Amino acid sequence: MKTVLNQFNMTVEAKSINEGFVRSAVAAFCTQVNPTIEEIGDIKTAVSEAVTNCIVHGYKNKQKGDIVVTVKLFDDNTSEISIQDFGVGIVDVNKAMQTFFTTCKTEERSGMGFTVMAAFTDDLKVTSNPGEGTLVKMTKIFGYSDGEEQDGIRS
Amino acid sequence: MEIYYSNKNFKITFNLVGELDEFCAEEVKNALDKIITDNKPQEIVFDLQRLTFTDSTGVGVLIGRYKTAKKTGCKVFITNVSRAVDKIFSMAGLYTIMPKIS
Repeated sequence: MKTVLNQFNMTVEAKSINEGFVRSAVAAFCTQVNPTIEEIGDIKTAVSEAVTNCIVHGYKNKQKGDIVVTVKLFDDNTSEISIQDFGVGIVDVNKAMQTFFTTCKTEERSGMGFTVMAAFTDDLKVTSNPGEGTLVKMTKIFGYSDGEEQDGIRS
Repeated sequence: MEIYYSNKNFKITFNLVGELDEFCAEEVKNALDKIITDNKPQEIVFDLQRLTFTDSTGVGVLIGRYKTAKKTGCKVFITNVSRAVDKIFSMAGLYTIMPKIS
């Protein structure tokens, strides 16, 4: 049974100016469990996608509403990052998670958010209820390919 | 995000400096479109050496500019991508429409 080493919670308003702050704060907290530079980059990208979803889809770009971010660091070099909004929610989660699916076709959205989150982390769980909001839970294992150091950065 | 560009012989090279995310996407789109529309280039190169962060929003911004450019037969290329940016662009298949050049 893995134990929690440390935990971090915060609530930010769903303003796009906060995106950079949230991804940097989460990445900075995760440095406690010695991630590689590439892993830190993965975390920043995945978090950014999740926060964009909260702002653009969850809260329909009204630039208000709460986003709750929780990060747990475990003693086995894993982290669990939860990002939750209390916005419109998703009717069909499976459909929303398909690559290139987007509800904002006119806005030049790539429809890749969930695909990127899944690719840049080790596990992704999305739970949503229409009218109540969406919870995205991502697990990232650090030092996955331990022992394959190359120029100080594991590949 | 800061945008610098040079324009020589109908070839525009854009230097995108900083982080490209949801916060600045709309502003970046408008700025790039204005430069493209005003100068009518035949070739566009996005030099991303100093792009420190982007996500799928950035992919959307670049695909949108590709669509603008394609209308006048303008070709679009990408150069100097960092490892992190390369990872997301490769995943998106961006290089199939905007080849990576060195």
